[in-house]
Amino acid sequence: MMNILELNDVSMVYGQVRALSNVSMSVGQGEWLAIMGPSGSGKTTMMNIIGCMGKPTSGSVLLDGEELSKLSSAELTAIRRDKIGLIFQQFHLISYLTALENVMVAQYYHSMTDEPEALNALERVGLADRAKHLPSQLSGGEQQRVCIARALINYPRLILADEPTGNLDETNERVVLDILRGLHEGGSTIVVVTHDPEVGFEADRTVYLEHGRIAEVVKKAAEPSVVSQEEFSLQHNC
Amino acid sequence: MFFRMMTGALLRQRGRMAMIAVTMALGASICTAMLNVMFDVGDKVNQELKSYGANLTVVPRAASFLGDLYSEAGDADMGGGADKYLAEDELPKLKTIFWAFNIVDFAPYLESSALVKSGGKSANATVHGTWFDKQFDAPTGESVQTGMGRMKSWWDVKGAWAEDGSPCCEASGMIGASLASKLGVGPGDKVSVSDRSGADVTIAGVFQSGGADDESLFVPLWLAQEISSRQGLVSRVEVSALTTPENDLARRAARDPNSLSRHEWDTWYCTAYISSIAYQIEEVISNARAKPVLQVAESEGAILQKTQLLMILLTALSLSCASLAISNLVTASVMERSAEIGLIKAVGASSFEVSALIITETMITALLGGAAGYFAGLGFAQLIGHTVFGSSIEVRPLVIPLVTLLTVTVALAGSLPAIRLLLSLRPAEVLHGR
Repeated sequence: MMNILELNDVSMVYGQVRALSNVSMSVGQGEWLAIMGPSGSGKTTMMNIIGCMGKPTSGSVLLDGEELSKLSSAELTAIRRDKIGLIFQQFHLISYLTALENVMVAQYYHSMTDEPEALNALERVGLADRAKHLPSQLSGGEQQRVCIARALINYPRLILADEPTGNLDETNERVVLDILRGLHEGGSTIVVVTHDPEVGFEADRTVYLEHGRIAEVVKKAAEPSVVSQEEFSLQHNC
Repeated sequence: MFFRMMTGALLRQRGRMAMIAVTMALGASICTAMLNVMFDVGDKVNQELKSYGANLTVVPRAASFLGDLYSEAGDADMGGGADKYLAEDELPKLKTIFWAFNIVDFAPYLESSALVKSGGKSANATVHGTWFDKQFDAPTGESVQTGMGRMKSWWDVKGAWAEDGSPCCEASGMIGASLASKLGVGPGDKVSVSDRSGADVTIAGVFQSGGADDESLFVPLWLAQEISSRQGLVSRVEVSALTTPENDLARRAARDPNSLSRHEWDTWYCTAYISSIAYQIEEVISNARAKPVLQVAESEGAILQKTQLLMILLTALSLSCASLAISNLVTASVMERSAEIGLIKAVGASSFEVSALIITETMITALLGGAAGYFAGLGFAQLIGHTVFGSSIEVRPLVIPLVTLLTVTVALAGSLPAIRLLLSLRPAEVLHGR
């Protein structure tokens, strides 16, 4: 499997705090990877680095063959726009735009708006009939589905989701997981940062972080087995 | 989508945007009022100062040289040579110079020393022949009405102003309060005046000028010429002209017009400096020297410059205040919308695109406020005009682009701190609520 994302010896230091410490890992094309760990383990820092919203203090990050750590802020914005679809725990929809317009915002800053295509994206998440509703008129689950439609609209190489079910009840959690599963089956590469074991269970592989280091990697196919960082590195030629 | 996002944001923040519009409207209204008044204040101050007398005196060149050597007071009796007088029939040419429309009023004078008698009393006094309120046709065909009555508006007159009349009728005159007291005459009384010949004059009014004129008798010019046997002559002309404040160019030209380059000369000649108007008067009246009354001319310049400086300072102050207020409002708006801005940045908007969105929103609001402020400012300008000058202020089209430019500048300046804040917003921090 070709790697779409590679982190090599990545560290992130905030003042005296070492948020990530020499992390190496990779994500293959079409893979669903979950990043889990307790608060302060470095999950959000890793998500920011993968999502081109921050640069590591040291180490290299390759996304779709492009080295991110050397890029300027404007270049990182361009990568984020062209290759990454972001799903947030808080949805972050623009309150004065309809569901359809919220999806079209991502189109607008990517290239140009295309209403039928945006409507089609909403249809994929089952919200075509709610296209003209404002976020305040949608339930939490519906808002998250709009957020997913927005993340998908530009056909990103990588879907990066931060606690996508964190604010949802059980029913809506299932709906969102079904959508993510469908995307995965369609060949999308997904990286999910989550606390939720159920979300982690859906992933092909789960990386557990602790104190900024990879504590273990669990694969879905076999019985859960603990893999050391060294073994993980060997497996992924890091 | 840009338009939709902008209108959505404007409508959602209508309270804050209304505050920005009102702030800008206040700034623009003061700016409009001050600029309109500033452009009009020159004419207004000039008109005010015109009521305090002439700012140019035209004298015969020969008399001027002697006057410069000895004293102005001796002008009247320095001899009888025609070169020491100006020709009355040349005076209408004053309304043919380049700045003819700036010549508001003028009055010729012919002075002589005469014995003035009434009843059993008599006194030697200066008799001034003048035009009280003369109407004539200028060489341009324009009908002109001018005279001393229009230039001595501060005189306290008992009775009425005299009329110019004509040699066929009995002359009327104005007598100074001191001389009237010496002779014991008042309005309606008759005095006899004798110089080389004599004549009777009916006193139309007794005036108090607060100066040396209170010892004089003013009669129609034709009568003064008759009794002093100086037909068709005048000894000086007082001119009241609307002028532009002097600057270095005008001062250099006043010293020596030949020292100017061709371009400078054209600029000077085509500007209503008192020196260029004096120069043009000398061009049309033979043997004349036009001398600015410096106290008046300089007062006009000083008052005008100070008034204009005050207007500029008020404009700058009001716009600075508007800019500060807008800065606070836009910054607060950006802080309130940080999650939205972070999201837009996260989905790929460049800093330029986000800045453009915020600046456009601010600019549209500011321009709407500026337009409202412009019309309010026109009202303020008229209020100032009627309260201070007793007349309306002319609306200058030039103020529209100026106010627009200032509004855009203020809105941009006010947006700068918000744009700095916006550029420093990192999507990761905003979206994770840090």
